[in-house]
Amino acid sequence: MKRRADDFVLVGVGGQGVVLAANLLARAFLEAGFDVKQSEVHGMAQRGGSVQSFVRRGEIVRSPVVEPGCADILIAFEELEALRYVDFVREDGLIIVSREKLPPLSVTAGKSVYPEDILPRLQKRAQVIPVNARGISEELGNVRMANTVMMGALSALLDLQEEAWQKAIRSTVKYALNLNIKAFEAGRSSVSAG
Amino acid sequence: MIHLKVLLSGNEAIARGAYEAGTNLISGYPGTPSTEIIESAAGYTEIYSEWAPNEKVALEAAIGASLGGARAMACMKHVGLNVAADPLLTVSYMGIRGGLVIVSADDPGITSSQNEQDNRHYAKFAKIPLLEPSDSQEAKDFVLEAFRVSERFRTPVILRTTTRLSHTRTPVEVGDRTEYSLPHDIVLEPSETVMVPAHARLRHPLVEQRLAALEDFGVSFHLNRIEPGTGDTGFIASGVAYQYVKEAFPDAPVLKLGMVWPVPRELVRRFAETVNELWVVEELDPIIEEHVRAMGIRVRGKDTLPVVGEYSVSMLREAVLGERRTAFTPDPGLPPRGPVLCAGCPHRGVFYHLSRMKATVMGDIGCYTLGVAPPLSAIHSCTCMGAGISHAHGLAKALGKERNSRVVAVIGDSTFYHSGITGLLNISYNRSVSKVIILDNSTTAMTGHQHHPGTGSTAMGEPSEAVDLERLVSALGIKWIRTVDPYDLEQTGVILKALMQVNEPAVVIARRECALLKHARRSPPLYVHQDLCKECGACFRLGCPAIIKEENKARINPVLCNGCSMCEQLCKFGAIGGAVNEAES
Repeated sequence: MKRRADDFVLVGVGGQGVVLAANLLARAFLEAGFDVKQSEVHGMAQRGGSVQSFVRRGEIVRSPVVEPGCADILIAFEELEALRYVDFVREDGLIIVSREKLPPLSVTAGKSVYPEDILPRLQKRAQVIPVNARGISEELGNVRMANTVMMGALSALLDLQEEAWQKAIRSTVKYALNLNIKAFEAGRSSVSAG
Repeated sequence: MIHLKVLLSGNEAIARGAYEAGTNLISGYPGTPSTEIIESAAGYTEIYSEWAPNEKVALEAAIGASLGGARAMACMKHVGLNVAADPLLTVSYMGIRGGLVIVSADDPGITSSQNEQDNRHYAKFAKIPLLEPSDSQEAKDFVLEAFRVSERFRTPVILRTTTRLSHTRTPVEVGDRTEYSLPHDIVLEPSETVMVPAHARLRHPLVEQRLAALEDFGVSFHLNRIEPGTGDTGFIASGVAYQYVKEAFPDAPVLKLGMVWPVPRELVRRFAETVNELWVVEELDPIIEEHVRAMGIRVRGKDTLPVVGEYSVSMLREAVLGERRTAFTPDPGLPPRGPVLCAGCPHRGVFYHLSRMKATVMGDIGCYTLGVAPPLSAIHSCTCMGAGISHAHGLAKALGKERNSRVVAVIGDSTFYHSGITGLLNISYNRSVSKVIILDNSTTAMTGHQHHPGTGSTAMGEPSEAVDLERLVSALGIKWIRTVDPYDLEQTGVILKALMQVNEPAVVIARRECALLKHARRSPPLYVHQDLCKECGACFRLGCPAIIKEENKARINPVLCNGCSMCEQLCKFGAIGGAVNEAES
C-alpha cells in the first residue's frame, strides 16, 4: 500500500546527485498542487563530503528544515550516510537505501573502518527497503542514473500520482531524458516486484 | 498576466526579482551562500551581470551605475561586505539616483565560511534600511520593494539573506520585467556626490533625518505586519526565523518585520501592548532585541536562545514551552566524511612537498584550505581573502632572514586577483624575503567554477582578455618567478626547494586546471599491480580519495581516478600503472 509522507530527508555523498533527486521530488509535489520546500546546505558538497537535503510538503509548509526523529522517509544514496542520519527518521517511518558503499577518505586511508552491520542497525530504527540502484543503473548503461532509480523506487511506495512524477521528470531533467525515464521505471518496478 | 508557480532557491528568486525590477547592472564576487544570484542573473540577457574581482569593486560599480540613474545591485556573502564596507559607509551619505540594492548573504551555522558575523550590524552602522525575506517568494518581491525604498528615500538598501533562505527552493509566482529606463542626462550635484569634508558634514544630518523618516515609514510599511493570534505570548521575528515561529506557535500573535532596520519602534510598542510576554526570535546577534529593550519593554530572547548557529522549530518550543527536544547527534564512532581535495586535484602536488618540507604555510580562502586535513596537513592559517600573503610577509619580517626560510604563503588564482595583488606589492615594496605560491587552477573552484580576470571569459560568457599572471607578478616588482605543473611531482619538488632557499621576494606559479573543469586534461584511470605493491604506504601520503587501503595494499577506485599520475610517480616499485587492464581495474 502506498503511504502518505510529508517530511523527507535525502542523504548521500557529494557527486551522487542527491540535490537533483530532491529537486525532482519537490517538483513532483508542486505539480500535484502542494506547497513544498526543499532545503540543503551545499558549498563544499562537491568535494566528496556528506550531503543532506530536506523536502517538506503540505497545505502550507513553514520551516524548510526536517527535525531529527520527524522524517517520514529517509532516502539514502549510500549505506554509511544512511546510518549517519538514521536518527532523522521516525520509528514508524521508512528507510530506502541504495546498496552502495563509498568508503570515505578516513576509511580508504586505513584510519577507520567501514561498518559491516549497517542494514541490521538501520532495521533497528525503522523499516528498510534496500535498492540495488547502482546495479540497475549499470544495466541501463549509465552509472549516473542511480539517483533517478532511487526516486523510481520511492515512487512505488509514495502516495503521489504518476502524472505529477512524469511532469516533474520532464521539467527537471536537463539531459538524457529517455534514459532517466527508463531508470525511474526500473527503480519503481524493482521495489513493487520485490 | 498570470504566471505559473516555479520552484526557485532564494538566490534564484533574487535574480528573478532583479530581472522583474528592470535592474540594469548587477555585480558581485562568488561566495557561498550568495553565488547563484549572479549565476542566474547572467541567464537574463536583459541584465548586465558581471563577476568583479572583489566585493569592493562590485559595490563601487553598482554605485557608479546608480549615480547615472540606473537600477543597480551588488551581491556578496557576509564577509564580502567587510571588503565592500569602505564604499558602503560613505555611499550612505551620497545622493544616489537609481535604486541601489546590496545583497548580503549571511551564514548562520558557518556551513562554508570563516566566521558567523551578523551583517544586520552594517545597516545600523551605515544608517540604511535592511530588508529580510522569509522565503523565495518574498526574496523576489523584496528586491522590487528594496528598489522602491531606495529610490524614494535616496538610500542604499541592504537585502539580507541567510544560507537557509538562499539555498531553500520554495514556490514562486513570477512576473514580467518592467524596463527601467535611465534618465537622459547625468545629473551629478557635487554637494551630493563629492564627499569632501565640507559636503560630508552637510550630508550627515540628512542621513540622520532619512533614518528617522524610514522608521516612520516602517510603522505602516506593508512588509512589517502584525499577525493577530490567540494567547498572551507574542513573537517578533523576521527572515527564516519567522517560519520557525509560525510552525512552532501557529496560533500566537506575531510581529513580522520585513524591514528589520530601522526598527519601527511605534509598531513594536503597539504590538507589545497586546501581549504579556514578548519574545524576539532572531538568529545570531540580539539586534532587534536590544533595540526593543532600550525602549523600556520587557523582552525575552537571548536569555534563552543561542547567539550561535541556526535555529529550529524544536529549539523554539524547548525555549518557550520547555518541551524536550532531541538534537541530532550522529554516532561518533562512524567514519567521518568531510570535504576533501578531489582525486586529481592539482593542489595536492604542492601540498605533498610543503608537508614533506615541514613548511609553515600561510593559507587563504579556497579549495586549497582543505590542504589542512591529514595526511597533507599543510595549511597553518586561514583568515580572509588575501590574508595569507601578508601573514607570510609579517611573519618573515618578524622572524628575520635566518629563521623565516620555511615560511610560505599559498593563494589561489581567483583569491590572488581578489585581494592578493596588494599584499604581493607590499612584499615587493618592503623587500621582504617572502615566498608566495599561487595555485593557479584557472577558475574559482570552491564556489563551483566561476570566471575571473584570468579565465578569458565574463560571467555572461563573452570572451575577455585573460590576465597574464607571470607578467602581472613581474610588474609588481617580483624578479624571482617560476612556473611549474604540480602534476609533475619531481619538478615541483625541485622548484619548491629552490624557493625555500631564495633570498629575495619570490613567487612560484603552480599551474594546472581544476580536475573538475569540463575541459580539464584527463588520462585513463590508473591501477595497482597487487603483486608489485610492497605496502610501503608512499601513495597514501597524497591523501587521494581514489586510493583505497585494502589489507595494507593500495587499490585505485577507477570511478574517481582521473589519471593525474602523482601516485604513479611516488611508487618506487612500479606497482602503479597507466595501461588500462579491465581485469585489474
